[in-house]
Amino acid sequence: MEPHDDHPHVPGPSLWPVGFAVGIVVLLIGLIVSWWVAGIGAAVALGFAFMWVRDLTAGTALTHVPAVPPESPTGAAIPAPRGGPAMPPSEPGDRYPRSKFLELSTLGLGGVIGGLVTAPALGFMIAPAFLKQGFKDHDVGPLSDFPEGKYVVTTFTSDASQGTVSRRTAFVRYNGDLNGQPSFTCISNHCAHLGCPVQPNGPLNNAGTKQFQDVTLIPTISIAGFGCPCHGGQYDTEGNRIAGPPVRALDRYSFSIRNGRLFLGAPFSVSHVDGTGAQAKIHKWPFSFPGEHVNGIESWLYPIQPPH
Amino acid sequence: MATRRLTRSEQLQQTIMYPVDWLEERSGLIGGVRYFLFRKVPGDTNWFQTLGAATLTAFIVQALTGSILAMYYKPDPNSAYESIQNITNNVWAGWLVRGMHRWGASVFIILMFMHMGRVFLFGAYKYPRELNWIIGVLLLAMGLGEGFTGYLLPWDQTAYWATVVGININGTAPFLGPFLAQFLQGGTYINAGTLSRFYAIHMLMIPGAIAALIGLHLYLVVRLGVTSPPWSKEAAGTGPLNGAVTTEKRQGLTRFSQRRNGR
Repeated sequence: MEPHDDHPHVPGPSLWPVGFAVGIVVLLIGLIVSWWVAGIGAAVALGFAFMWVRDLTAGTALTHVPAVPPESPTGAAIPAPRGGPAMPPSEPGDRYPRSKFLELSTLGLGGVIGGLVTAPALGFMIAPAFLKQGFKDHDVGPLSDFPEGKYVVTTFTSDASQGTVSRRTAFVRYNGDLNGQPSFTCISNHCAHLGCPVQPNGPLNNAGTKQFQDVTLIPTISIAGFGCPCHGGQYDTEGNRIAGPPVRALDRYSFSIRNGRLFLGAPFSVSHVDGTGAQAKIHKWPFSFPGEHVNGIESWLYPIQPPH
Repeated sequence: MATRRLTRSEQLQQTIMYPVDWLEERSGLIGGVRYFLFRKVPGDTNWFQTLGAATLTAFIVQALTGSILAMYYKPDPNSAYESIQNITNNVWAGWLVRGMHRWGASVFIILMFMHMGRVFLFGAYKYPRELNWIIGVLLLAMGLGEGFTGYLLPWDQTAYWATVVGININGTAPFLGPFLAQFLQGGTYINAGTLSRFYAIHMLMIPGAIAALIGLHLYLVVRLGVTSPPWSKEAAGTGPLNGAVTTEKRQGLTRFSQRRNGR
């Protein structure tokens, strides 16, 4: 094995990387703000990257081939043989010899076959996580099981085929009627910090537990809000964050009433809630993962949500 | 010309060496392994430079114990926990193999960090070894990925909620974080398929990538040689034999190789 010298082949100082970095930043900002800005950022980044690479290659053997001194023959010149040239002028076809064609076609064909095999496999791995998602409405019982002004811890299996792993919990409170329609607050128990199960801050009336099919209803006696056992996030009775690391209010479930029964629907995210009970104004956002800001400047970090 | 009759020990040696010679003649593997094990290193290497080999050993232990555990583990939400209980309580020496895998995981991570610290403090990441540092960083990330995906497999409350938190931390990464979280879960929520997904990532995808990168890592170690400690008086490029070995050491090695070659 040949010894390696420890003399670093590093390029000299250059300012081009700074311009490149600025271009990348503008590009990223452009992804959020506008495609035009993103295009400008990409152009700046590409331009500076080119200059940088040009600088890097300037001092290497890649571009500086040592000059070969021209041969200086001595003695008398040897007369050229009479007749035609030793090598006939190359045919136009020789510029692209058969071996080159076979080499490129083998590589190209291999690439196509590789792509044909890889693309479906990658799709098989990735696509199912994003397709056919959604949340089926779930019957959680008759309206009479939800006393006015009291939260009921409502647990149900959202997808029977998945089993226990799909158990979900909502804190459901009947707020009385609003404009002649029953009003419910249906808060998800997924902490808006990192998804741990929040608990009611108050005693439960376990004796009043009701169960039918896969649904369990445990009434609360009196709760002062919700708290997360993992990292101490605290929420008020409307699900607004009041302390700890959560970045927004607790998510909620949409609901509907059919034949006197309450159905929980798709969940959605909430930045905050003004007011309480039936009069509450809910600031609603598309369903987002825990820990994601849904409004404010931090929400720019999550411009696109995967299909839920 | 009369041939000398071989002594009994020579006959025995020939018999033993025959398959080795057979393999060497057809593959060159014996010479390759011998070169790898007996290659020249700086004379003043020290025990800290064994941390990489220790990390490799920890990985091999994880690979072996993991393969054995896979014979008994069932990556299904309805039977995963019970299969772990079965391994621990019923299968012969199951508690030992599972314990080796469980604690070996921590040993692997700790050794990776110690090896990384040694490389950093010795300045062994500098030219021309930058690429090997980058490969090492990838190996570290994959080792952490192994820890993350393996943690879900016992499928108990700790495993489940730690994974919920871990996935949601991934989800908070800018731009692609939510997509990464949903990919890891295999859906909007953790579901029945998440466990087998983590199992496949844990025991096939990442270990395969780690093994390939370890091969590349070792190739570069052999190609570029081992660095001297920073306090070495034989700074690279200035000492005898370009800092690879001292003259004394070289003579010693020459004598050693002559003995081995029967000269």
